[in-house]
Amino acid sequence: MSLPVLKAADFASDQDIRWCPGCGDYSILAQMKKVLPELGVPREKIVFISGIGCSSRFPYYMNTYGMHSIHGRAPTFATGLKSTRPDLMVWVITGDGDALSIGGNHFIHVLRRNLDVNIVLFNNRIYGLTKGQYSPTSTEGQITKSTPMGSIDHPLSPLSVALAAEATFVARSMDANVKHLGDVLKRAAQHKGTSLVEVYQNCNVFNDGAMAYAQEKKQRADNVVELEHGKPLVFGHDNEKGIRLVGNHLEIVQRSEVPDDDLLIHDEQDPNPSIQMMLARMRYPEMPEPMGVLRAVTGVATYNDQINDQVALAKTKKGEGDLEALFRAGDTWEVE
Amino acid sequence: MTTTKEVKSVTGITVRLAGDSGDGMQLLGTQLTNTSALAGNDVATFPDFPAEIRAPRGTRAGVSGFQVQFAREEIFTPGDTLDALVVMNPAAMVTNLGDLRKGGILIANEDGFNDKEFKLANVESNPLDASVIEETYRVFKVPMTALTRDAVSQHGLSPKIADRCKNFFAMGLVYWLFGRSLEPTLRFISDKFGKKPDVAAANEAALRAGWAFGETTEAFGESYQVEAAELTPGTYRNIMGNQALALGLVAASKVSGKDMFYGTYPITPASDILHELTRFKNFGVRTFQAEDEIAAVCATIGAAFGGTMAVTASSGPGIALKAEAMGLGMMLELPMIVINVQRGGPSTGLPTKTEQSDLLQAMFGRNGESPIPILAPRSPGDCFDIAVEAWRIATECMVPVMLLSDGYIANGSEPWRIPELSDLPKIEITHPEANDGEPFLPYLRDENLSRPWAIPGTEGLTHRVGGLEKEHETGNVSYDPKNHQDMVRRRAEKVAKIAERIPEQDIFGETSGDLLVVSWGGTYGACHTATKRCQEAGHSVSHIHLRYINPMPRNIGTLLRSFKKVIVPELNMGQLRMLLRAEYLVDCIGFNKVQGKPFTISELVEAIESNMPAAASKNAAAVSKAG
Ligand SMILES: Cc1ncc(C[n+]2csc(CCOP(=O)(O)OP(=O)(O)O)c2C)c(N)n1
Ligand code: SF4
Repeated sequence: MSLPVLKAADFASDQDIRWCPGCGDYSILAQMKKVLPELGVPREKIVFISGIGCSSRFPYYMNTYGMHSIHGRAPTFATGLKSTRPDLMVWVITGDGDALSIGGNHFIHVLRRNLDVNIVLFNNRIYGLTKGQYSPTSTEGQITKSTPMGSIDHPLSPLSVALAAEATFVARSMDANVKHLGDVLKRAAQHKGTSLVEVYQNCNVFNDGAMAYAQEKKQRADNVVELEHGKPLVFGHDNEKGIRLVGNHLEIVQRSEVPDDDLLIHDEQDPNPSIQMMLARMRYPEMPEPMGVLRAVTGVATYNDQINDQVALAKTKKGEGDLEALFRAGDTWEVE
Repeated sequence: MTTTKEVKSVTGITVRLAGDSGDGMQLLGTQLTNTSALAGNDVATFPDFPAEIRAPRGTRAGVSGFQVQFAREEIFTPGDTLDALVVMNPAAMVTNLGDLRKGGILIANEDGFNDKEFKLANVESNPLDASVIEETYRVFKVPMTALTRDAVSQHGLSPKIADRCKNFFAMGLVYWLFGRSLEPTLRFISDKFGKKPDVAAANEAALRAGWAFGETTEAFGESYQVEAAELTPGTYRNIMGNQALALGLVAASKVSGKDMFYGTYPITPASDILHELTRFKNFGVRTFQAEDEIAAVCATIGAAFGGTMAVTASSGPGIALKAEAMGLGMMLELPMIVINVQRGGPSTGLPTKTEQSDLLQAMFGRNGESPIPILAPRSPGDCFDIAVEAWRIATECMVPVMLLSDGYIANGSEPWRIPELSDLPKIEITHPEANDGEPFLPYLRDENLSRPWAIPGTEGLTHRVGGLEKEHETGNVSYDPKNHQDMVRRRAEKVAKIAERIPEQDIFGETSGDLLVVSWGGTYGACHTATKRCQEAGHSVSHIHLRYINPMPRNIGTLLRSFKKVIVPELNMGQLRMLLRAEYLVDCIGFNKVQGKPFTISELVEAIESNMPAAASKNAAAVSKAG
């Protein structure tokens, strides 16, 4: 029996979508609906778990199982679910405030445990749902409702945090570049272990254009370097620029001036995250920002496999649990 | 081995073993407890730990104690005053002597009493030398350290290791004094130290030397014997509260055909539940040590959503962290168990001491209208039954159930009659299947007002849950004002209706009279025994003990109104009393203690007697005479 072929529309729930018109979230939702049918996983085997924020309304709009949970904690719900139901495909939907502020702790731990779930972090560098306060990814000096004189916090990079936690799959994409986004989501879904996809998402109400340098077609070529495994890092309208590793830092070079052999070759499979971390630290405007898969390491045991393997091993070693014997373990005595 | 000296038969003994926290007093206590239980006595224990893992040696802060009562009749507490006290150093003596009854036995490790130790214990001179000591108690000074060194000398251990065996020497002596068999402890030694034969041999030698010392020295003229108790027939084992909770959870998991997920973060006194459960992986138990309590409870909810038996536990501070997620759990209407092993609060409070002060937190400690069922075990063994009952209610009503244990129950132990598997309640759980063509309604309620537990992976039932208010039946997000009020009412009603499916409250004593004692949780034993004594003294007093706190049994109001006075003893400032007064408009009198210590029977007897109408009139007469 072959599975019925699903279409994007089959993944749409009957709920009205309530994001602001023009919000980048729509594009991410559309790509998700497009990618899921390509994975061949039945709808009922898919669960979306989110925290709280505009982006976290996502599960309501998918015709799968879903849980809209509490602020910052989505990875933990996913941990309980995936540990007990490894047969399910679990997606975590979160925002920059959700994942990195209130949920910073859980974000680190789900990554270091390598639970086999896919995290999609919608980064709009602002708190959307609470109407425009700065977030952990807001830029220094950013004027927001809660920082009228400019933010004095240093921004946090979700990719750096993930790499520091030695996450096995770390990637970045953006709402407007739909093909790229679709490809990255698909690769994330196929990765065994925790995958993190940071998606640059435009909040056109509270932080419009904050990432236009990377999203707009005209600017993108100069400000973004698309990563491809085994290929040199090149960018610019005519790919006229490249990135080179000199000592312990990266620098931009004109390809007309240095041989291509000098350029940094991207290795997403390097188990040592040091160079990947250098990529994560490339920031606009000094450097072009990396897009695509920074890290994809295979062969690392997942939390869900291990927790279930231990149960299986215990059963093999001790035999299926016997209540009677458990009750009577140790010293017992009879009262007549 | 049997003694050749005179043996005196007594009904029960309360003994406390006290020493430095490094002296192995807890081990000594558990061994004495197990051995006494195996001898057929009823036993009850009260371990008392210092707050610090290793408080400075020899100081009062570092004293670790273990009290055990063993008796030939059914007992419900570890006892009030001590018949015997064993102390390893001056600090242990001065901090515990106040509980030894006049004429009681004081055994002191003489070697632990020297100038250095006096300084550490902050005493000016040897407390054993005070003439009042010899006059008040039967004192036995035993050079335990020296005797232990002699006994183990042939085993070639370093003096430091040799000295560590002195708790086994003390044990041997105590065993001799109370006619206990050495066998169970010899078995324990060979199991535990089997891989280190020299240590095993030394401990055994020390144990035997202690016994022999009692038998040979002239100082001890007689020993004591407590006959076996008449308990309900059956097979018994000794069990601690946290252990019983773990077993109850595993049993509930088995009888309901569900694997268990246990998410938690270490905290005293709840951690031992994790330690127990993690050994039961072959029962399908998955334990998750989370990064914090929030992660622990949220993972538990995730597991519940997936269709697993989901449990989390903590103590007060951790429960505070879990509050937001518990609100989500009740809103999602998923079954799970949240255990609070209470300790002294607020904040970090008294981590190693007991208290019952999280009742109102359990009732109201979430935002919004957020009622959940609350159950409380009354003794270590009862933890087993309560765990199974909590899971039954959680699944029948699709709701998180809060279980309130406490440090006293968790670490205390008693003989537990092992249940027959066939006696365990059946817990039938069904998950819905798709109904062809019909749209699935995740919040459609049954006669219990509970919704279906549809789990991911089931075709045709895809649905979304979340903390935003739900529309009745469809479960879709709804901000409709009327719907909100309706859903708030339905959720509350669902919990209230549980009263229809729990037993009526039983009562110890007459169903009406002068005074009713109302208690809950770990104070059961003391309240029960105190009531019994007052009844025997001719007072018209009865006792009810609540295991179901929210909702309460149907007949509570009637019972409260059938007595002239109601007294509510609690190890808090009056939390159950507040609930009873609010719910039943009965003027309950509080008897409250917040010292990190359980009630003694005698203080409860006093509290009851001073509230008897007769006592009141007697007092009044006394006052008028004096006037
Ligand atoms: C415990 C708690 N604290 C605060 C809030 C309020 N809150 C809701 S969403 C949010 C920030 C959301 O920002 P982000 O994660 O960036 O998501 P976005 O709305 O931008 O998609 C905050 C502070 C809450 N719901 N719960
Ligand atoms: S506030 Fe911003 S993030 Fe939220 S829906 Fe509107 S545009 Fe999107």
